[in-house]
Amino acid sequence: MDTKIATDRLRLSFGKTEVLKSITIKVHRNTITGFMGPSGSGKSTLISVINRMIDFENNVRIEGDATIDGTSILDGSINPIELRRRVGTVFAVPIPLPRSIFENIAYGPRLKGTSDRTTLHHLVEDSLKKAFLWDEVKDRLGTSALKLSGGQQQRLCLARTLALKPEIILLDEPCSGLDPISTAKIEDALSELKSEYTIILVSNNTKQIARISDFSAFFYLGELIEYDTTEKVFTAPAETKTEDYIQGKFG
Amino acid sequence: MIDRTVLKEHLVKWVLVAFALSSLLFLFLIFIFILAEGLPLFLKVGVNKIIFGMKWAPTKGYFGIFPMIISSFLVTIGALIIGAPLGLSCAIYLSEYAGKRTKMLLKPAIELLAGIPSVVFGFLGVIYIVPLVRSYLGGSGFSLISTSLVLGVMILPTIISISFDALVSVPRTYREGSAAMGATKWQTIFKVIIPSAKSGILASFILGMGRAIGETMAVIMIAGNALKIPTSILDPLRTLTGNIALELAYATGDHRLGLFSTGVVLMVIIMILNYVANFGIKRKIAK
Amino acid sequence: MRINPRYINRLVRMGLNVQAYFTVGILIIIVAIIFFKGFPHTNFAFIFSFPEDMGREGGIFPSIVGTIQLALLSILLATPLGLGTAIFLTEYTKESLFTKFIRFGVESLAGIPSILYGLFGFIFFVIKLKMGWSLLAGVLTMTIMILPTIIRTSEEAIRAVPRQLRIVSYSLSASKWETIKKVVIPAAIPGILTGIMLSIGRAVGETAAIIFTMGSSLRLPLSLMDSGRTMAVHFYILAREGISMEKAYGTAVVLVLSILLINILAYYIMNKAIARYS
Repeated sequence: MDTKIATDRLRLSFGKTEVLKSITIKVHRNTITGFMGPSGSGKSTLISVINRMIDFENNVRIEGDATIDGTSILDGSINPIELRRRVGTVFAVPIPLPRSIFENIAYGPRLKGTSDRTTLHHLVEDSLKKAFLWDEVKDRLGTSALKLSGGQQQRLCLARTLALKPEIILLDEPCSGLDPISTAKIEDALSELKSEYTIILVSNNTKQIARISDFSAFFYLGELIEYDTTEKVFTAPAETKTEDYIQGKFG
Repeated sequence: MIDRTVLKEHLVKWVLVAFALSSLLFLFLIFIFILAEGLPLFLKVGVNKIIFGMKWAPTKGYFGIFPMIISSFLVTIGALIIGAPLGLSCAIYLSEYAGKRTKMLLKPAIELLAGIPSVVFGFLGVIYIVPLVRSYLGGSGFSLISTSLVLGVMILPTIISISFDALVSVPRTYREGSAAMGATKWQTIFKVIIPSAKSGILASFILGMGRAIGETMAVIMIAGNALKIPTSILDPLRTLTGNIALELAYATGDHRLGLFSTGVVLMVIIMILNYVANFGIKRKIAK
Repeated sequence: MRINPRYINRLVRMGLNVQAYFTVGILIIIVAIIFFKGFPHTNFAFIFSFPEDMGREGGIFPSIVGTIQLALLSILLATPLGLGTAIFLTEYTKESLFTKFIRFGVESLAGIPSILYGLFGFIFFVIKLKMGWSLLAGVLTMTIMILPTIIRTSEEAIRAVPRQLRIVSYSLSASKWETIKKVVIPAAIPGILTGIMLSIGRAVGETAAIIFTMGSSLRLPLSLMDSGRTMAVHFYILAREGISMEKAYGTAVVLVLSILLINILAYYIMNKAIARYS
């Protein structure tokens, strides 16, 4: 399979604490790759390297490399702003911008210079459809996004990143506060999206990873313990730690 | 493409740095220009003759502002005597007793009081307070006590809001602990809350003093215009601020320099007050 | 003899209550006196006509215009300067010696009494920069006076914007300045506006600094270099020179009413913001 995202012996420390201990992984194009592991295992930190949101933290030391399509994204010549257009992120808590549904989705494209009303409308409709939210909000695009339910807001956040036409979508525990129906809708959306995008799903919920991901990576205390197809990891894990985690013996 | 956005970000940052530095620039300018006009007379006539001189007759070469220094202090202390107990009581009431609706009524009222211009206070003071003092206490009415009364009211908002902030920041656990030991509400307030908020309350008094000593318009309308040290609360007086305001419009030459020297003295006093409020009290808090 | 502590409790509460309402009472009395004595003399003609005979007759139109000019122009200058400083302090630096310096500057400016601003404005703008008593000198002085308030309230408003909002904007490929311009500032607008309103209130009521920079000409200021009066200055002169009690009260009404309206507007904006975000 084709490699979209790769890290090579990536190490990261906050001050004296080493949070990522030499991670080497190859994430495949057009797949859903699940990152799982207990809290503090470094999954979210790894995500923040890929979207360069790590830039906003202080006292960070990084060694090793991370690449997208073979090109390093840690290089000084990389423009992180342009990178974040290619790499969309959905966070655990949905944070709509305090404006209308339409303007939330149009925020990204407007930043990139799109101002034509018709183009924006198509973009908004397209993104909302892909996020499985269009039918529920198509009549009220001008109303405040803050009035949506939690599950709708999270799908809004997904649509928001889709509007920028990224290549990669990172989701960090996106369903952590959501009811099962909203969770299912998002999972369905992701399953459809993987044909066009490369998706990394960080989750504490092993069952969710088992449900929808093609590949699974198990992280523990900053190390990548196991990485293989989901089927293999969940039916016949190579490491005992992986097996213990999946069985819920710790978490 | 990358160069343009990065360049723009850098430009924005440096423009904002310049804006931020402007505050320091203005402070510097104010300092320099008031000093530049105020210091020469100190050198020419002598610091002692100005600060401790008893006679102010600038056109004849007398630049003594000691009576005004004393008057400024007297009026400030008078204002504190009126404003501090009343202000502190209001602050205590607001923080410990007032319900939400009462707060919503009282707090805007106090902020509104702070917004009333000092000329209005001066005007009403002349029309109502001065005759009152004249009838019941004697003298012309333009006096230390009239000025202190009006100034006391004027510094109420300062004292109330800062004391209020100090009182509400006392941790809830203090109140609960005191109540658990069987203290009544007022015992808790006087023995636990007020001592705990002591620094903030003190700061509010000192900042109130700062406001009072810098007050000009109300003072010149009410205090009369006497160039002597007041010997009774019914005597008229002139403060440092009054000296500047009453004569700046027509002063020339050394006379004008004398007014700037008055300004320098006022500036030093205010700086000392601010220093005490910010550092003397902050150190106590750090303890 | 030991007095029942519960009795003392009630006494204390009553004592404090009385004092609190006494304070409010003072405000009410002030406003009431001004309005009752002044309203009879304020009418359409008063507001829109020019003063005659040094203000004994006629209206206060020029001083109303002068006040509006002073307030508006000062806000125009102070807002970018103050907002920019606040943005710098919150978004572009961490707490350091440099920021402590800046804050020291701002706090010091805030503590300078108006008469000293009058002295400074007089010697610097009126004399040294040869502006003479002029609207420009008044505006420049006033700008510096209200700068600390704008900085303080803007900083507070910007800090209150949740960090997550910024993170979201960055993750949608916005740059730092784009995030500030499109997300942070709009979210902080109510607080910023409150600071602006408060400053307008101050500009309207200020006298000591204005009389020595803008002067006290009775004419309508038509250019920046013209001298003029604000309502507060006009009021002061009427009162001090004993020119006309009625006109003084009338001026006071317009003055206090303006400040009341400004304060109420500020409150309204603040409450709307709190409602919007809770």
